Amino acid sequence: MKRNEFLMTAWLLIAGIGFSNVATAQATIKVGVLHSLSGTMAISETTLKDTVLMMIDAQNKKGGLLGKKLEPVVVDPASDWPLFAEKAAQLLEKDKVAVTFGCWTSVSRKSVLPVFEKDNGLLFYPVQYEGEESSKNVIYTGAAPNQQAIPAVDYLMKEVGVKRWVLEGTDYVYPRTTNKILEAYLLAKGVAAADISINYTPFGFSNWQSRVAAIKKFGSAGKKTAVVSTINGDANVPFYKELGNQKISAEDIPVVAFSVGEEELSGLDAKPLVGHLAAWNYFESIKTPANTAFINQWHTFIKNPKRTTNDPMEATYIGFNLWVKAVQKAQSTEVEKVLAALVGTETPNLTGGIAKVLPNHHITKPVYIGEVKADGQFNVVWKSAGTVPGDAWSDFLPGSKDIDADWVTLKCGNYNRVTKKCSGQNYK
Amino acid sequence: MKHLPSGGHKPLFMLLLALWVAVPVRAQSSSQSASDSSFLSTLGELREASYSDKAGIVERLSQSGHPSIRAVLVAFLEDRLYFRNDDQKIFIVKSAEGDPLTLIDPLSLKDAGSAPADSLTKIGTNNGLRRTLRTTVAHFALASPDAAVRLAAVQDMLRSLDDATVALLRDRMGVETNSRVKKEIATGLALAALDDSDTNARLNAIATLKSSVSQDVRNKLAVLIEKSPDGSFTEHDETVRRAATNAVETIDRWRTFYSDIETLFFGLSLGSVLVLIAIGLAITFGVMGVINMAHGELMMLGAYTTFAVQSAMPGHIGISILVAIPAAFIVSGLTGVLMERTIIRFLYGRPLETLLATFGVSLVLQQTVRSIFSALNRSVVTPEWMSGSLRLNDALAITYNRLYIVIFTIIVFSLILMVLKRTRIGLDIRAVSQNRAMAKAMGIRTEWVDAATFGLGSGIAGVAGVALSQLTNVGPNLGQSYIIDSFMVVVFGGVGNLWGSLIGGLSMGVVNELLEPFAGAVLAKIFVLVALILFIQIRPRGLFPQAGRAGEDK
Repeated sequence: MKRNEFLMTAWLLIAGIGFSNVATAQATIKVGVLHSLSGTMAISETTLKDTVLMMIDAQNKKGGLLGKKLEPVVVDPASDWPLFAEKAAQLLEKDKVAVTFGCWTSVSRKSVLPVFEKDNGLLFYPVQYEGEESSKNVIYTGAAPNQQAIPAVDYLMKEVGVKRWVLEGTDYVYPRTTNKILEAYLLAKGVAAADISINYTPFGFSNWQSRVAAIKKFGSAGKKTAVVSTINGDANVPFYKELGNQKISAEDIPVVAFSVGEEELSGLDAKPLVGHLAAWNYFESIKTPANTAFINQWHTFIKNPKRTTNDPMEATYIGFNLWVKAVQKAQSTEVEKVLAALVGTETPNLTGGIAKVLPNHHITKPVYIGEVKADGQFNVVWKSAGTVPGDAWSDFLPGSKDIDADWVTLKCGNYNRVTKKCSGQNYK
Repeated sequence: MKHLPSGGHKPLFMLLLALWVAVPVRAQSSSQSASDSSFLSTLGELREASYSDKAGIVERLSQSGHPSIRAVLVAFLEDRLYFRNDDQKIFIVKSAEGDPLTLIDPLSLKDAGSAPADSLTKIGTNNGLRRTLRTTVAHFALASPDAAVRLAAVQDMLRSLDDATVALLRDRMGVETNSRVKKEIATGLALAALDDSDTNARLNAIATLKSSVSQDVRNKLAVLIEKSPDGSFTEHDETVRRAATNAVETIDRWRTFYSDIETLFFGLSLGSVLVLIAIGLAITFGVMGVINMAHGELMMLGAYTTFAVQSAMPGHIGISILVAIPAAFIVSGLTGVLMERTIIRFLYGRPLETLLATFGVSLVLQQTVRSIFSALNRSVVTPEWMSGSLRLNDALAITYNRLYIVIFTIIVFSLILMVLKRTRIGLDIRAVSQNRAMAKAMGIRTEWVDAATFGLGSGIAGVAGVALSQLTNVGPNLGQSYIIDSFMVVVFGGVGNLWGSLIGGLSMGVVNELLEPFAGAVLAKIFVLVALILFIQIRPRGLFPQAGRAGEDK
C-alpha cells in the first residue's frame, strides 16, 4: 500500500503540474507589437514598442486584465513593407494575439490591412495620417487631416494672416494626399491658385539650397507667406539648417510641420528653429498631472531621464487604455465583442479632455499648435476649443466628401451617401 | 500716410521718448517712485496676458519712458523675462541656461540674487510678439555708438514702417555719420515719401529707390502701378506711374541678374560636392581600375570621424572641423590600405569579383558603424563660422557652409594635383598606372605603390566625408546616397583624368541646379542621368579620355 500511495501521490503531483501548466497557459492574453526595430523607421518606431511594453508592464502590476496577465509578442518587420504583412499574419494566425499595436508609415498600414481584415484581427494605429480610410479592424488613434493639418492652416490664416502658401513635402502617399486636401481647402477658402506652390523632394533629400531660395523668393511678393511642411524623416535636418543659413526666420516665413516633434528635435540644435511651428495633439511641454505622471513613468521605464515623449506615444497610450476598457466592458478579448464595446469607449487624454472612439473608428482629439523653443520643446500658442472628432473621409476632396464611415449603423467604412452603396475597403 | 498702421498716440510716444533722452534722470527723481510703480504694474500684466494683449502692454511700456525699459524689452525678446511663482515678482535673468538662474531687478537693473529654475516661470513670446519687440527695441538701438547695431536697427525698422518710426529716422538722418546707415535711412525715408501728397516728393523718392535691389522696395513701388479693383490706378499722376514702372523694371533687371549669379553659385557648390566625392574615386577607379563599391562607406567613415572628433573636444567646436580633416584622412586612408592589402590585391584584373568583394566590404563597414554608433543619425554640430550667410547686397547672399566647401574643394584638388605631379610618390603612381610592367622593370615597388594609391584615394574620400557631415545627416546609409553620383562624375569626366572629374562634376552640378527650379529635384536628377547616358553613347570614354596606348590598354 505504501508503494501504491507513493505512486498515487507522484501521479497526482505530475497531473497537478500538468494541470497548472494548462492553467498558466490560459491565464495570459497575448498582445502583438508590430513596430520596426531595425531599418530606416527604427528611429521612430522603437520608442512605440517600448511604450507598449511599458503599458503592459503597468497593467500587469495592476493585476492584469480579466484576471489574466498580458503577454507581449514583439516582432520586427524591419521597415520592410511586405514583411509587415507577413509578420501580421504570423501574429494573428500562429501567436493568436488578442490585439496588435503597430505600424508607423501609411504604406506599412496599407500592407497589413488585408491581413487584419481576412483574419479578423484588431489593430491600433497610433500615428497621424492622411485619412481616406476606415477599416472595421483598425482603430485610428492618431490624427486625421481635420485634426492636424486643417486646424494648422486655419491658425496661420486667421491668427498669423498668411496669404501665400508653400506646401513642401516628401514624395510619398501621406504628403501627397495631405497636400491634395490642403490645396482643395485653401482654394475653397478663396486663396488664389497663384498663391499656392506645391513641391516634392525625395526621401533623405539634402541639397536644399535652391528649394529654400525658391521659398524665399516666393515669400517676398509682399504677402505674408508660410510653409506647410510634410517633409518626413531625416531630410528635415538639412532643410531647417538651410533655412537658418539663408536667414529665413520664423518671424518672416514660419514653417509649420506635421512630422517634426520632440523626438526629431532632440537630435539637432534647435536654436535656429525657434518660432517655427508644429501641429500635434500632444506636446511634452503641456503641464497636466496626467502628463507629468506619464513622463515620469516613461523615464523610470526607459531608465533615461533625458528621453522625450511625443504625440504617437500618447496615441499609443490612449489606444492601449481604450482597448483595456473595451475588454473590461465586453468581459472578453474576442475581436467582435471588443469592437462592439470599443465604439463609444472613453479615456482621458494626457493633456486634458476625453478621447472617445467614434463609429468611424477614429477618436476625438484636442489640437495644439506649438512654436519651437531653444531647448527643443514646444511653446503652445493655440489650442482647439474642446476636442475635434476625427473625420475618416475628407470633406474637401471631391471624391471623398460624399463618403461616410460608420461601423455601428451602416456597418461600412466606405459608404457613398449619393449612390447609397458600400464599396468596401480599398487598400490599393 | 493713409495706409500705414498708425495710432494717434504715436506722436505722444515720440515726445516722451525725446523727453526721456533730453531730461536728465536726476530731474525725474521726485516722480521716480510713482513711475516705478506704474511701470511695475504694467509689467505685471504680462504674466496673465494673451499674446495679442502682450503686444499692447509692450507698447504701453515703451511709452512709459522708464530708464530700464530697453533692458527689459531686450530681455523679453531674448526669452529672459521671468516671474517668481511664490510672490509673482518679475525678474530679468542673466542667462536662461543653467540652474539656479541669476536674477536681475527690472527697475534698478542690479543683481537680485538667484533662484532655482523651477521656481520661476518664463513669460513667453510668439512670432508676432517677437516681431513687435524687435521693432520697439530697434527704436532704442538707433542711438547706439556701434554702426553695425544702428544698421541692424534701421533694417529692422524698415520691415514695419509707421509714422513714429519715420519721424525717428528723419531725426537720425541729421546726425548720422556712417554712410551705409545713412543710405538705409534714406531708403526708409523714400519709402515713406512714396505716400506723400506732393508729386515731386514722390518722384524724388522713386529716383532714390531706383538704385535699390531690395524686394520690399520693389513691392512697394509695384503698388504704385497696380490698378485697384474698380479699374482706376492707385497712383493718379502719370509721370509718377511712368517713373515707378521704369524703376520696377530696373530693379527687376538687377534682381534677375543677381538671382542668376545665385543659381550659378548653387550649381558650383553642388558641383564642388560632386567633385569632392569623386576625386578619391577618380584615383582608385580611374588610375587603378578598381571598382570600389565601398567608396561611399569610406566617406561615411570620414563623417563619423568628424563626429568622434567633435565628441572628443566639445569645448572647441570651431576648430574641431579642422582637426577632423587630417583625422578623417588617416582613418579612411588606413581602412583603404587595409582593404587593398587584404582583399583587393588578390583580385586585380578581375573587375566583377572586385565589385562584389568591395560591395561586401561596404556592408561590413555599414554594420560596424551601426554596432558602434547605433543606427540613429548622429548630429554633427556646424561651427559658428560655417553657419549663416555672407550678405553681398539686398538681392544676393551666399551661405558660408557652401562657400567654404567650394574653397575646400579647390584646395583639395590642387593638393592632389601637386602630389601627383610634383612628388616622388606621384611620379610612381603615374608610372604604374601608365605601364605597370615597365614601371616594375624600372625598379618601382608596384605593390607598395598600389597600396599607397588606394590609401590616397580612400583618404580623400574620408576628407569628402568631413565636408558632407556639414551638409547632410551622418548615419550608416550616408555613403549609399553618394556612391552613384561619384561614379557618374568619374565616368562623365573620363576615367583616369582628374581634370575631367573637376569639369564633369562642376558642369553636372550647374546643369542640375539650372534645371531644378523648373523641373523639381527629382526630375532634374533624372534629366541629368539621361543626358549622361546619351553622352556616354557618343563619347564612351567621357569628356577627357586618356590618350594614347595607355588609354587603349585599359
